[in-house]
Amino acid sequence: MLTFLRQRVLSSAVPLVVVVLGVFLMARLTGNPASLYLPENATQQMRDEFSRAHGFDKPLLAQMVDYFSGVIRLDFGQSLRTGESASTMALRAYPATLQLATVTMVLAVLLAIVIGSWAALNPNGVADRVSSFMSMTAASVPDFWLAIVGIWIFALTLGMLPTSGVDAGALSWVLPILTLLIRPLGVLTQVVRGAMISALSAPYVKLARSKGADEYRVISRHALRNASPPALTVAGDLAVGLVNGAVVVETIFGWPGIGKLMIDSILERDFAVLQAAVLLTAVTIFALNILIDIGYALLDARVRRKVTA
Amino acid sequence: MTTISSAGGGQMDGIGLDVDGLSVDVHTPQGTARAVDGVSFRAFRGQTLALLGESGCGKSMTAHAIAGLLEPTAEVVAGTVHLNGADLLSLSRKKRRKLAGPMLSIVFQDALTALNPVYKVGTQLAEPFRIHQGLSAKEAKEKAIELMAHVGIPEPASRIDFYPHQFSGGMRQRLLIAMAVALSPKVLIADEPTTALDVTVQAQILALLAKLREEHEMAVILITHDLAVVAEQADRVAVMYAGRVVEEGPVEEVFEHPRHPYTQGLLAAVPVNAERGADLSSIPGAPPDLFSIPSGCAYQARCPLVQDICRAQRPRLEALSEGRAAACHFAQEAQDA
Repeated sequence: MLTFLRQRVLSSAVPLVVVVLGVFLMARLTGNPASLYLPENATQQMRDEFSRAHGFDKPLLAQMVDYFSGVIRLDFGQSLRTGESASTMALRAYPATLQLATVTMVLAVLLAIVIGSWAALNPNGVADRVSSFMSMTAASVPDFWLAIVGIWIFALTLGMLPTSGVDAGALSWVLPILTLLIRPLGVLTQVVRGAMISALSAPYVKLARSKGADEYRVISRHALRNASPPALTVAGDLAVGLVNGAVVVETIFGWPGIGKLMIDSILERDFAVLQAAVLLTAVTIFALNILIDIGYALLDARVRRKVTA
Repeated sequence: MTTISSAGGGQMDGIGLDVDGLSVDVHTPQGTARAVDGVSFRAFRGQTLALLGESGCGKSMTAHAIAGLLEPTAEVVAGTVHLNGADLLSLSRKKRRKLAGPMLSIVFQDALTALNPVYKVGTQLAEPFRIHQGLSAKEAKEKAIELMAHVGIPEPASRIDFYPHQFSGGMRQRLLIAMAVALSPKVLIADEPTTALDVTVQAQILALLAKLREEHEMAVILITHDLAVVAEQADRVAVMYAGRVVEEGPVEEVFEHPRHPYTQGLLAAVPVNAERGADLSSIPGAPPDLFSIPSGCAYQARCPLVQDICRAQRPRLEALSEGRAAACHFAQEAQDA
């Protein structure tokens, strides 16, 4: 197991470096921060001083070396806006995103298991039709549109929910979660449905029935456990999508998470913060993938053998 | 069918299972097919009845209908299955579940797919005890270890925590059998239990089944297409063709003096009876499509004895002598053929 972990961490390192490098270069395409932070009538001398102070005058390669040597020492630089350490800002925003993604994913998984199993038990029944409709909707409606329509209906027209922010307690969570939920739920329901249909027609389900197992036991123990690995794979992908998709939803709902921090940093050309936020997101995604593999091994002994070997 | 099964109760001495007039329809997009058509037979306790036939003849469908394990697309449309005085087919699902294991159980063909891949075999072996006797996990595990030892699995105490994929094919089949006999059922259906195994392992498994049959006084229904297995293991045989029983009787009598042309064709096709160098005998043609079984006898297109009456009238399974029956208009003539 430890060998497996070490191997996975090592194999994640290379893409991680590529991601950091990519962000480092792309951020610089947004333009010179000096023209944003200094008044329009700033002299060339002032601009040069600003660039020198923040190291933007050095050649790109030198900047890169500086940056990476900082990263190795876990020093991600300071924010141009606030002068605060970039890593502190990223870590402060992180829990808000994580909470939103976790609550959404837990809801999506639980609902998908219930609706998907129900649909699998009665193909072409009510649950099946509802879930198909939901999945089609989820696949075709972009989340920003959903968010805006949600705000229009529930916040502006009905006045039931806040338009944005986190000040209204539990109510603040409703719209962001609903917006984020629909896609993972739609996709996951279809995956659970398909996996359950094939599991329920498998010989081991017949064997369980032949032993006198009731429907609950057949579904919850024999079928669902076998249907979980494909659902887990897709759930993992969707969770990655949630962390990424946080950018849009957090921006619309003014949610103080890492996605909003990224957008703000891009707009402000706050390179150090952007890089720290992206790195943190990337590490999260790699960690998530390793967790999925471990989950596989826990669910299925046949995978465990390969993992431990 | 009326001739060989008159009593409905299964109360008569030694009768383990009494199947009468069982018919199963299969609903498909192409229409409805009668996969099992008025099948009747009795299985006696302590004996093995072989259901013999080629693939698609309805033998497995019959077994699954008896065990209540039909796919949703298949439906029992007629008949009774009496076990211990009750008609299984008219029981509620809940009552039927109560009998699944203690009264009737089934051994499947492919043990690798029948065992649940994600659970330890111990958990699966313990399930009958957990479900029907409400034993604790620990007690059920003890029982499971005993059971493994009893079906000849070495080192059961350590291998109880193994997963199905860690066992060989023969051992997996032993595990399935162990599960099936866990609660000493009165009737055991073995659905091609050795088809997926090597010949040597096959013999061991069949010997194990025979031993357990004696111990538990079970009525065993052995579903197979293998004439050799029937000859060695079964007391009685029911030959099925196109969803019907076409001949029934004690194995030696049926094999020595087959009275239905289909049974004769099957036996003639066994290479043991052929001379080296001579062409192997086979039955010409193929079984009829279940969607278009001809009126009259289903075997008419392949039968050497076919006459006009065979095309017009479907022969009923008629008693020929004590314990023997055949569904052929020319069962008497066939004897001499």
